[in-house]
Amino acid sequence: MYFALQGALDPALVALSAALLIGCAGVPGLFLRKPGPGQIIAAAGTILAAFAGVPSSLLLLYSHTTTTYLLEWGLPFGPCELVIDPLSAFFLLPVFLVSAAGSLFAVGYWPAAEHRTTERGLTFFYGLLASSMALLLMARNGVFFIMVWEVMALSAYFLLVTEHEREDVRRAGIVYLIATHTGTAALVVYFSLLASQTGSFLLPAAGSLSAFSSTASLIVLTAFVGFGAKAGIMPFHIWLPSAHANAPSHVSAVMSGVMLKMGMYGLFRTLTYFYEPPFLWGAVLTVCGITSALLGIAFAVAQHDLKRLLACSSIENIGIITTGLGVALLGVSSHNNTLVYLGMAGALLHILNHSFFKPLLFLGSGAIIHAVGTRDMNLMGGLGKSMPRVTLLFLVGSVAICGIPPLNGFVSEFLLYLGLFRQLEAVSLTYLVFLAPLLALVGGLAVVAFTKLFGSVFLGTPRSTVAPHFHEAGVTMLLPMFFFALLCLLIGVAPQIALRLVSPAIEFIYPQLVSPSITAGYGDLLGRLSLSGVLLIAAAALVTLFWKWRLGKVPVSATPTWGCGYQRVTARMQYGGAAFSELAVSVFNGILRQRIERPTIAGLFPVAAHCSDQPTETFLERVISPLFALTGIAFAFLRRLQNGLMHMYVLYIFATLFILMLWAH
Amino acid sequence: MLNSIIHIFLALVMPPLLLGIIGKTKAAFAGRVGAPFLQPYYDLFRLLQKGSVFSTTTSWVFRAGPIVALATTAIAALLVPFGAHTPPISFDGDMILYAYLFALGRFFTMAAALDTGSSFEGMGSAREATFSCLAEPTLFFALITLSRLSGSFSLSSMLINISFGVWLSNGAALILLVGGMFIVLLAENCRIPFDDPNTHLELTMIHEVMVLDHSGPAFALIQYAAALKLFVLGAFFVHLALPYATGNAALDWALFIISMLELAVVIGVVESAMARLRMVRIPQLLVAATILAAFSTLLVIR
Repeated sequence: MYFALQGALDPALVALSAALLIGCAGVPGLFLRKPGPGQIIAAAGTILAAFAGVPSSLLLLYSHTTTTYLLEWGLPFGPCELVIDPLSAFFLLPVFLVSAAGSLFAVGYWPAAEHRTTERGLTFFYGLLASSMALLLMARNGVFFIMVWEVMALSAYFLLVTEHEREDVRRAGIVYLIATHTGTAALVVYFSLLASQTGSFLLPAAGSLSAFSSTASLIVLTAFVGFGAKAGIMPFHIWLPSAHANAPSHVSAVMSGVMLKMGMYGLFRTLTYFYEPPFLWGAVLTVCGITSALLGIAFAVAQHDLKRLLACSSIENIGIITTGLGVALLGVSSHNNTLVYLGMAGALLHILNHSFFKPLLFLGSGAIIHAVGTRDMNLMGGLGKSMPRVTLLFLVGSVAICGIPPLNGFVSEFLLYLGLFRQLEAVSLTYLVFLAPLLALVGGLAVVAFTKLFGSVFLGTPRSTVAPHFHEAGVTMLLPMFFFALLCLLIGVAPQIALRLVSPAIEFIYPQLVSPSITAGYGDLLGRLSLSGVLLIAAAALVTLFWKWRLGKVPVSATPTWGCGYQRVTARMQYGGAAFSELAVSVFNGILRQRIERPTIAGLFPVAAHCSDQPTETFLERVISPLFALTGIAFAFLRRLQNGLMHMYVLYIFATLFILMLWAH
Repeated sequence: MLNSIIHIFLALVMPPLLLGIIGKTKAAFAGRVGAPFLQPYYDLFRLLQKGSVFSTTTSWVFRAGPIVALATTAIAALLVPFGAHTPPISFDGDMILYAYLFALGRFFTMAAALDTGSSFEGMGSAREATFSCLAEPTLFFALITLSRLSGSFSLSSMLINISFGVWLSNGAALILLVGGMFIVLLAENCRIPFDDPNTHLELTMIHEVMVLDHSGPAFALIQYAAALKLFVLGAFFVHLALPYATGNAALDWALFIISMLELAVVIGVVESAMARLRMVRIPQLLVAATILAAFSTLLVIR
């Protein structure tokens, strides 16, 4: 009986069914008249899919198996293969985990009863987004890949413009749509070039293409533009902050925690095709990665909008991942296995880690916005007392994202640092070690950004009366956050487990590289790290006990905060988010500046005045925006084509097809 | 085993003595008798007996600040070799843990300061955040140089490796490193010229202003953690500047203690001879320290 069941339950088939189940989970809600049940059915379906999908992905990852299915689709683009190999299985983990957590969160955050008009579409497209991402990881036919890629991009657009009655949301939606279609255009070229190389639309097998041809460079360039635009690697990051800030929070969690990683997946997948990659590829990735990391976190420091700050920090994390990938690639080019292993392990583990702490923080921001009704950190403060559980969970996420021990962010950065330091004994590319101080600077700035975020939102006293209903988040909102916080702690304290997760994926990409002894060696090292983490927690517990014991012996009293003698202290006097980061921003003046409008104070009795500051991004203002304005002027004549008449549009499609047919003959 | 016990014993007992010596040195320069060497111990003991006042604005985050600050510094103390003896914990890459442990302590200290809702403490934590972020790359450049010189990846072997022989062959790099790291030592421990641990003029302060609202046993924990941090970073610095080693275990312990006392005197002299810098000059000096350390890295890597 058991064996029969095991035979029937092929893990790859389970993962595939789970992916499809998520896509269908939102459908019943479209047909139910009563609001509410549809959302709960969707959440239950998505969670069920995760319960099936996560173990089967783990099983596929550990067993190093590759399963292939053939989809009978009858389209003239060759066979459509669906393949789950260890690399796909690794990326499937965050898809299942984050989408399930987000759908549970939505029940409390976006209740159907309060959002009758938007909830149905939101639930449906949410399922579609998650499902398309899972299928994307399995797609091996270029055309099918583009199709699910577009389903993913468009459902993300519909999710993003859920609150389309707001001007800034519509604007963010348009920017996102332009960015994602620029990327798709590059990907169409990419798949066409690949097809011209291999003769079919099936994606090439690992290590089957030579890197030393002009087509190869062009393929990698188009992949970098197409996938980089999705991942938000600089300079393709401009759409990211506004898109992630304006989507509903559980959607931001999926977009930031998972959808960005689909871009990274594309890059990883592309790089597996080629053996002997040239130095240039790794160098470009490394430079773009470290630039994204540094500038991303510098932008984050300057933000006043809670979710914009989190979005900018996503650029930073994607930058760290890209740096890891870049140095690993340089390791491949210079035949340095240590660098390849540590760079890859750091990058892959950071992908996993970022898909734990970023959703945690975005869901937390959802709980905050739900309670306070604004995203402006300068108006918040003192939430710690009314929502203590969210505060604790958010603190875990903040510490984790800064890459501080004993949580998971530290582990991936540790591996990357170790790889960079190991360069000192390498025969070539020794100067890569200079990335380590830059990463340290990134870490320092992350601490500035997240103490600012945590401090100005949760600590001190409430700054304004904008809070209509200060309240602790409900259990459906807390549970997903608690789950992610637990994962952060688990990987932080037992990093050996995490290494076991990434090793099969590395082994799949570079089979000759990973030997049991290497994995065991680093496992041992991470064991020592884990021991230090446990010691740290024990030390904190010991100090707490000692302090409690002393506090029991001495009188304890409570008074207001000492105002240095000043008697009329108000909440507005405390340091706000903008004030906190002002000094740090001034150090980075140039790439980043704050546009401050100061009031002019005149006369003996000045009237009430207003002061405002706005973080601005020099690159965006000086380069990208003028470029787009120029493009707009240059292509103004094309606007005549867009006349709003449906039959004309059908005619355009027909005319295009006809011309293409003529051309083909 | 015995060495580990001595290591932990010294880390527990000796840090406040350094503060006592710094105080005595400064008193000598000012022509005063000064407080006794053991005054910091009396202070800690008295603070532990005192009552505690908690601001009504604060939450558990405020209480977690001193605990985490002390716990992280204590673990960092287990990673640094004292003198020529290997520390209790040592593994490849532990220098990264060492650097990030201080970040954890800082995160919680700053959060505790912001939790009081006081603008003074907010100001202090904003400064701490910015300045420590500028000091971070210096430490990493130093670690790279040391790792290159010793060919190892753990803090203990890269520090113990430094000897007069290394000074003879790589003098220039080490001089630059000593300069950079001394600036970081002073900045991280909030000594003059970055910060004045004695004033309570809020506008000039960084670290002292962050702990304005802590009292009683909590303040004792903070003071002790600050002394321990000075001791840990000092032990790091002493390896670079005064690399004595005899090979005899007992003699090496004695040498380590003497070097730490010398360092305390030097810090006392610097504090007596210098004025506190203007706030706008501090980032410039920190960046200068980074460049010094980066130079030393260039010299050994080329």
